[in-house]
Amino acid sequence: METKNLICIQCPMGCPLEVTMENGEVIKVSGNTCKRGEIYAKKEVTSPTRTVTSTVKVENGELPLVAVKTKTDIPKSLIFECMAEINKAKVTAPVKIGDVIIENVCGTGVPVVATSNVK
Amino acid sequence: MKLLENYDIAIIGGGPAGLAAAIGANEAGAHKESIIVIERDDKLGGILNQCIHNGFGLHTFKEELTGPEYAGRFIDKLLDLEIPYVLNTMVVDIAEGENGTKLITTISKENGLKVIKAKAVVLSMGCRERSRGALNIPGFRPAGVFSAGTAQRLVNIESYMPGKEVVILGSGDIGLIMARRLTLEGAKVKVVAELQPYSGGLKRNIVQCLDDYGIPLKLSHTVTRIDGKERVEGVEISQVDERLKPIKGTEEYYKCDTLLLSVGLIPENELSDSLGVKLSPITSGPVVNESLETSIEGVFACGNVLHVHDLVDFVSEEAKEAGKNAAKFAKIGKTSEENTITLTPENGVRYTVPSTICPENMNDTVTVRFRVANVFKNKYVAVYFDGERVKRTKKMILAPGEMESVVLKKEDLLNKGIKNIKICLED
Repeated sequence: METKNLICIQCPMGCPLEVTMENGEVIKVSGNTCKRGEIYAKKEVTSPTRTVTSTVKVENGELPLVAVKTKTDIPKSLIFECMAEINKAKVTAPVKIGDVIIENVCGTGVPVVATSNVK
Repeated sequence: MKLLENYDIAIIGGGPAGLAAAIGANEAGAHKESIIVIERDDKLGGILNQCIHNGFGLHTFKEELTGPEYAGRFIDKLLDLEIPYVLNTMVVDIAEGENGTKLITTISKENGLKVIKAKAVVLSMGCRERSRGALNIPGFRPAGVFSAGTAQRLVNIESYMPGKEVVILGSGDIGLIMARRLTLEGAKVKVVAELQPYSGGLKRNIVQCLDDYGIPLKLSHTVTRIDGKERVEGVEISQVDERLKPIKGTEEYYKCDTLLLSVGLIPENELSDSLGVKLSPITSGPVVNESLETSIEGVFACGNVLHVHDLVDFVSEEAKEAGKNAAKFAKIGKTSEENTITLTPENGVRYTVPSTICPENMNDTVTVRFRVANVFKNKYVAVYFDGERVKRTKKMILAPGEMESVVLKKEDLLNKGIKNIKICLED
């Protein structure tokens, strides 16, 4: 048995959650004041994910950078690996919102797409 | 684009507030050619262009967008509606002309110095960051002290890293967002210090920007010394007492080359002030009525120039209303202001926007927005009409960093002879 402590981010309450786990499975969530806290805690300790937002170098553009994001959230453990791929990427202007910059980041199947326009 | 001599509605600022105001005015029947959006930067969208993180638009679009994407939706709409705008154009003065006309002095490379006339004006200039000068931190003035927003612009737009080892003072949302951003780009963020015993930022930002990366947040702490003459070499952080005074003997030294300040935002009201618009000492923004009209007839305000918001969705909502009301004013002029009800914030409620309501002039509902003075748990937000409680809503938590609102209905206010509405917290 192990316990993990989290702060719930589903609303401004910020309930302190205690998650009890056994063999990688959640057996108890306490400290939450609503159902959403329990759902959040279960996902956060078993498969936490985040959307990564950053910038990619642009050549021949009016600006040196274009803003990008992972189109959906990716495993939290891959954030820095994802950043390494983003930092290697380069695009040539023009770039439009929604353009795919990296097709499949870190083998997640998730593309990195542009979130700003650069002429 | 060439500026014309006359417009019905001039909108000062092309950020999220100005864009929504222009769209609102057009939707309310103002002809597109009678509207002008005046922007000082070389593109529309305002500060959203550098806010590349996600979390925008959950209320408006029911999806999570980044700042430039959120701005992009409104810019596309403005272009679709063919509402005119000018870029690289600074408004340096607004004055009252004959018969209530507003004279707007603009400067730009394209149009030179040009005075335009408008029947109605929407103030949507946004806000700016409090600077080091406002904090009185002793020491030299070395390079390496930035406001969080300046660092955000350098990293996200101009492709410069402000430093390698960073300390952040203030836990406002921009500071938290930049703690994560600089960490992702390879900097070491050593600590975030917050003067107050609570954070000024959203909870999700504390978890996803600090906790995710193991960055400590020190509440009730402030910077008491900045070390270094040419470049920041380190900062000293001390704990503060209940009166926010540093406690001797609690000093801790952090070696760093960069100090970011995320210590609050101030509505940018120099133009409003010189026009003679009455400003609130609490919000630093104009005092407005139910139509978001300032103390000067035909001058409306919305967004962060009115009061600092935490969610852009609410800026858009508010600005759309301001735009609609400006269109109405440009068309039919001033309506009577008899039966005006004053709004009084009390017991933990710091201010209300608007601060007066004339039921005859209001739309079907008015959203009264406010902030609280401290962190409160298990309180009721209560509304009193002339001393009689008419409504109360239980809140498990209220915090200064999160804007609150109550909605008032026209049918409850019209022809009821109400003089005062009190909004307060109670047990």
